[in-house]
Amino acid sequence: MTKLETLIEQAQTAVTAAKDITELEAIRVAYLGKKGELTGLLKGLGKLSAEERPAAGAQINLAKEQVQLQLEQRKQTLEAAGLAEQLLAERIDVTLPGRNSDIGGLHLITQTLERIEQFFTRAGYEVAEGPEIEDDYHNFEALNIPAHHPARAMHDTFYVDATHVLRTHTSPVQVRTMETQTPPIRIICPGRVYRCDSDLTHTPMFHQVEGLVVDTDVSFADLKGTVDQFLKAFFEDDLPVRFRPSYFPFTEPSAEVDIQCTHCAGKGCRICKNTGWLEVMGCGMVHPRVFEHCKIDTDNYSGFAFGMGVERLAMLRHGVNDLRMFFDNDLRFLRQF
Amino acid sequence: MKVSESWLREHVEVEAATEELIEQLTMAGLEVDAVEPAAANFSGVLVGEITSAEKHPDADKLKVCTVQGANNEAFNVVCGAPNARVGLKVPFATVGATLPGDFTIKKAKLRGVESFGMLCSASELGLSDDSDGLFELPTSAETGANVRDYLQLDDNLIEVDLTPNRGDCLSIIGLTREIAVLNNTTSTWTRIEALPTNIADEVKDTFKVSLTAGSACPRYAGRVVRGINPSAETPLWMQEKLRRSGIRSIHPVVDITNFVMLELGQPLHGFDLAKLNTAIEVRYARGDESITLLDGAELKLDTETLIIADSQQALAIAGIMGGQHSGVSDDTVDIFFESAHFNPLTIAGKARQYGLHTDSSHRFERGVDPELPMIALERATQLLQEIAGGKAGPALCTELADELPPRLNVTLRAAQIKRLLKLEIASDRILTILNSLGLQLLNTAGEAGDETWHFQIPSWRFDLSIEADLIEEIARIYGYNKLPKSQLTLAPEIKASAPNPLNPIKATLVNRGYQEAITYSFIAPQLQQLLNPGQEAVAITNPISADMAVMRTSLWPGLLSALQYNVNRQQSRVRLFETGLRFASQAAGEQWPTVAGVITGKRSSENWNNTTEDVDFYDIKGDVEALLAAIGLADKVEHIAGNLDALHPGQTLEIKFNQEKTIGYIGKLNPVIQKTLDLDQPVFLFELYLEHLPANLVDQLSQISRFPEVRRDIAVVVDQQVSVSDLTAIVRANSGEYLTQLKVFDVYQGKGVEKHSKSIGLGLTFQNKSRTLSDNEVNTAEETVIRALEDRFGASLRR
Repeated sequence: MTKLETLIEQAQTAVTAAKDITELEAIRVAYLGKKGELTGLLKGLGKLSAEERPAAGAQINLAKEQVQLQLEQRKQTLEAAGLAEQLLAERIDVTLPGRNSDIGGLHLITQTLERIEQFFTRAGYEVAEGPEIEDDYHNFEALNIPAHHPARAMHDTFYVDATHVLRTHTSPVQVRTMETQTPPIRIICPGRVYRCDSDLTHTPMFHQVEGLVVDTDVSFADLKGTVDQFLKAFFEDDLPVRFRPSYFPFTEPSAEVDIQCTHCAGKGCRICKNTGWLEVMGCGMVHPRVFEHCKIDTDNYSGFAFGMGVERLAMLRHGVNDLRMFFDNDLRFLRQF
Repeated sequence: MKVSESWLREHVEVEAATEELIEQLTMAGLEVDAVEPAAANFSGVLVGEITSAEKHPDADKLKVCTVQGANNEAFNVVCGAPNARVGLKVPFATVGATLPGDFTIKKAKLRGVESFGMLCSASELGLSDDSDGLFELPTSAETGANVRDYLQLDDNLIEVDLTPNRGDCLSIIGLTREIAVLNNTTSTWTRIEALPTNIADEVKDTFKVSLTAGSACPRYAGRVVRGINPSAETPLWMQEKLRRSGIRSIHPVVDITNFVMLELGQPLHGFDLAKLNTAIEVRYARGDESITLLDGAELKLDTETLIIADSQQALAIAGIMGGQHSGVSDDTVDIFFESAHFNPLTIAGKARQYGLHTDSSHRFERGVDPELPMIALERATQLLQEIAGGKAGPALCTELADELPPRLNVTLRAAQIKRLLKLEIASDRILTILNSLGLQLLNTAGEAGDETWHFQIPSWRFDLSIEADLIEEIARIYGYNKLPKSQLTLAPEIKASAPNPLNPIKATLVNRGYQEAITYSFIAPQLQQLLNPGQEAVAITNPISADMAVMRTSLWPGLLSALQYNVNRQQSRVRLFETGLRFASQAAGEQWPTVAGVITGKRSSENWNNTTEDVDFYDIKGDVEALLAAIGLADKVEHIAGNLDALHPGQTLEIKFNQEKTIGYIGKLNPVIQKTLDLDQPVFLFELYLEHLPANLVDQLSQISRFPEVRRDIAVVVDQQVSVSDLTAIVRANSGEYLTQLKVFDVYQGKGVEKHSKSIGLGLTFQNKSRTLSDNEVNTAEETVIRALEDRFGASLRR
C-alpha cells in the first residue's frame, strides 16, 4: 500500500469514527489543513521530477477530494443526527393550555341589542338615545296618555317627583327626536326602561328597542313588512308571524305581533300557554295626536312605530328560562354567551 | 274579564266551535288569555233526594240516609254533613262515579253500616272553595237527573284580556255584539230596546234625586221597590252565572246588580231605602267628609271625589263603592236602585287613589254607555221581582241634558284608508263593517272610490273619535293578517356621524378579560352614601324595595354588589365592567354616560404556568390606559394623585383632561368600605365620566423621521414622595425640542439607595426629523434635564 493509500484509509477510519462536528473539523485540519498530511504530500511534490509531478499531483488531489467528500458526508450525517437530537430535546407537551388566554365578554342583553341595532342600521335607521329619568310630558302626555288615563295603569310607573318618572318605555326618545328633527325620520331607540313590577316574569328594569319611521305615505303595510322581515331575520327562520289588533294610546291602528312558538313550532306547549304563538312586539301607526304634540303635519306625513322587549327576544333565541338571571350578573351565566 | 261561553251563546247564535270562537276574539283584538272548563271533570253524579236521615247507630256525627236516585231506586248512604235532612236534593255520587282528582266512589262500610255512594259539597265537585256542608240543589231539580246536565257544567270559562279602550266589551252584550259582527250575524242584544220597559208602577213612591256636579253625573235613574221578601234566595242559575264570572253570591239584591252589570255592562247599586234620608244628591265631597265602605274601610274624602249623598251623609263613592251604612242587609225590605252615568274622567284615577279597584270603577273609568241606565234599571227590577217579589215604584230618570256626553260624528275618507292601509276595499264593504259595529252613516260626499263619509259613533264606543280609529275598525274586522305587506323604499340619507367611543372601550375591556355586567339603576341608599358620601341621590317615590330606592350616582355600588355575589359563589377572581347612566339629578342634561370596572383576585386565571400574584393598582391602571389608548386619549390626559371617599387615600388616581375636567378615577377600594362590604380580598376600581370625552378625535399623521434616534438612560435618586408624573413633567419641559419618547424603565428602593428615597430610571429618546443629531446637542439636553431635576427635586444622579 502506498503512503497515499494508507493516509486515505486512515482518514476514512477517522471520519467514520468522528462523533461530532468538532472531531470532524480536527480530522479535516489533520489531513486537509495547511499543515495537514495530504497538504504535506502536495508540498513534497517539489522533490519529484517534472515528469512524475503531474501524475503524482493528480493522485494526491484525487485523494484530497475523496477525503473531502467523506468529511462532507459524515458532517451531514452528524448534523442530521444533531438536529434530530435537538428537536427531540426541545419536544414539549403541546396539549398544555396556552398563556393569558383569558377573555371577557359582553352581556347577552348587549349582544342582543347590538344584533338588533345592526339589522336596522343596515336598513338606514339611526340610533337615538335619551334620558332615563323622564318628565311626565315626554313619557306620557306627548304620547297621548293624559293623567288618569286607564292606560297609565298598564305601566306601573316609578316616580321620582310629581313631574318626573323613570321612563316606562323608550317612546319618549321618539318624541324628543320628532321635536327636533324634520321627516324623513328613521330611528331606533334602544335602552333601559323601568316598571314597578317584580315577579317571576317581570324585573323592575328591562330593555327595549323601539323604532320609528316618519315620512310621506308610510303605511301599515310598510309596518307589517318591516316587522315581518326583522323577526324572520332575528330568528334566522322563516317563522310564521301574525298581527293582532291591540291598543296603545300612541298608535292607531295598533297591533300586537306574535311569532309561532319557537319551542314547539306551534303545536302548543307550556311556553306559549298552548296557543302555539308567542307575543314579541307591539306596534302601530303613529297616533295623529302624537304628531300634533310634535308639530308634524299629519296631512303630509304618516309614520309607524314598533317596540320590543330585548330580554324576551334573548330568552327565546338562547333558551334562557329565567328572566332574573340577566341581572344576577353571575359569572357562570355571563360567560356562557 | 272572565265569561261563560254558554252565556255568550245564549245571546248570539254562531256555528264556530270554542276554539274558533276564541281565535276570532283574539284576532279581533279581544285577546283570550285562557280557557278553562267551568267545572272539573267528574261523572256519575246525579240529583239525589234524601228521603230519610237517621242517626248512625255507632257514630254521633254520622247519619244514615236513604237517597232516591235514578229510576226511583233508593240507596243507603252514610253522610257526615250537618245539613243532611229529609227532603233535601243534593249531588249524589253513585257507586262507580268519578270525582275531581280522579277519585272513584266505591261501596264502603262506615262503622259497620254499608254506604252506596257519597253526597257531595260544592267543593267536592270542584265548583267552589266552600266545603260547608252539602251542596243544596233547588227542590225543583229533577231527581235522578245528571248533575252536569242539570247545572249545565259542560261549559268553558273564557278569560278575555281587554285593552283599556274596549270598556264596551266588559259585558255579555258587548262581547256578543263583537262576536255577531265577526260572524256576520246579529246578537239578541243588538236591539237592547227589546228589554222590558213596561213594569207597572205598583207603588207611587219616588225618591228625590238632584244632580249638582255637572258633567260628572249627567244622568241618574232610580227606583223604589217596596216589600221584597227578605228571605228570598238567589236562584241557582244566577249563582252559577256569577260564579263562572268570578263573582260570589252575597244577597239577592247585590247579586242582581252584579248580574245586570255582567249582562249589560251597567254597574248598579241597591240602597236600603230605610237608611236613606230625605233625598239623594250627586255632588263632590266637602272637605270634612268621610265614609265607611261596604268592605269596612273608612276613608277621608277629598273635594275632587264624586259622591252619592243624602241629606245627612255620604252614601257611596260614585261609581266605585257603596257605603256600609246604606247597603242592603238580610232585613232589607224596601230598596232604592241606582243606575247612573258617571263621566270616565271623573272616576278615572279615583279608585286607585283610594287603593280601591272594583268591577264598577273598572267599567266607569273606561266608559259606560250613557244610554244604559234606564234599560239596566228595568232589567234589574224585572229580575228582583222574579226573585224576591216587591212592588216597584216608577222608574225616574234625573238628567242634566246639556251635560250628557255628545254623540260624536267622525269623517272618514276612502283615500285615507288606501293611503294608510294600502288596501283596496270596496265602499260597500267599508259601510257594512262600520254599520255592523253600530256606526250610523249620516251622509256621503265625493265620487265612488273617493268618498268622504260622516258617521255617528254609537253611544257605547268611547274609543272612536278620529278617522284613524275608524280605519283601525275596518282593519280589525277585515283581519290584520289579510292586510297587505310591503317593503319600505326610503333611500337613507348619508349623514356625518362620529364613532361611538363605547365600542372601542367595550372591546378593549372584553379583550382584557372583563365580563360585562348589567346592574339595576336603582340601588340601596346606604350603599350610595357609603361610596359617594355627601352626594345627594335622586330618590324614587315608590321604590319596589328599600334596597332599590335611589338612582345610582356611580356605577360602583352595582358592580361591587355583583362582585360580592360572585365572590360568595366561589368565584374568587372577578373582573366586571358596566356602561350606563349615572344620575346627578332628574334633569335630562344631568344623566351622564359612564363606564366603570372592578377587579379582584389573581392577576391571571389559574393555569399551570401563570403567576399566582394578586392584582394590584397597576393592573387596573394598565387596563384603563389601554382603554384610553383605544379612544386616542392615552397621551392627552394628566395623572394626578387624587382623593375620593370610596378609594384608598394612598392609591387613588385622578385622571384629568384639558387641565380642568376630571374624566375619571382609578384606585383601590377604601379598606374601611371593603370591610363594611364584608369582602375578604382587596378590590380595585375605575370609573370614567364619558360626558367629558372630546367629540370625535381624528388622528393626524406625525411625520416619521428617517434619521437615527439617540437614547440616553439616566437614573436619579429622589425623595420617595416625588411622583413620577411630576418628574416626567420636568424632564419634558427641559429636554429641548428633540425628545420623542420618555420611558420609566426602573423604580428601585433598597440597598444602595438612601432610606425614604427612590431611584427612578428614565430612558430619553431624541430624534430630529430632518438631520442626524450631534452628540453635543444630546449631551446638552441631557445635562439640562439633570440640572432641572436637581433644582426641582434635589435629585442626585445614581451612577
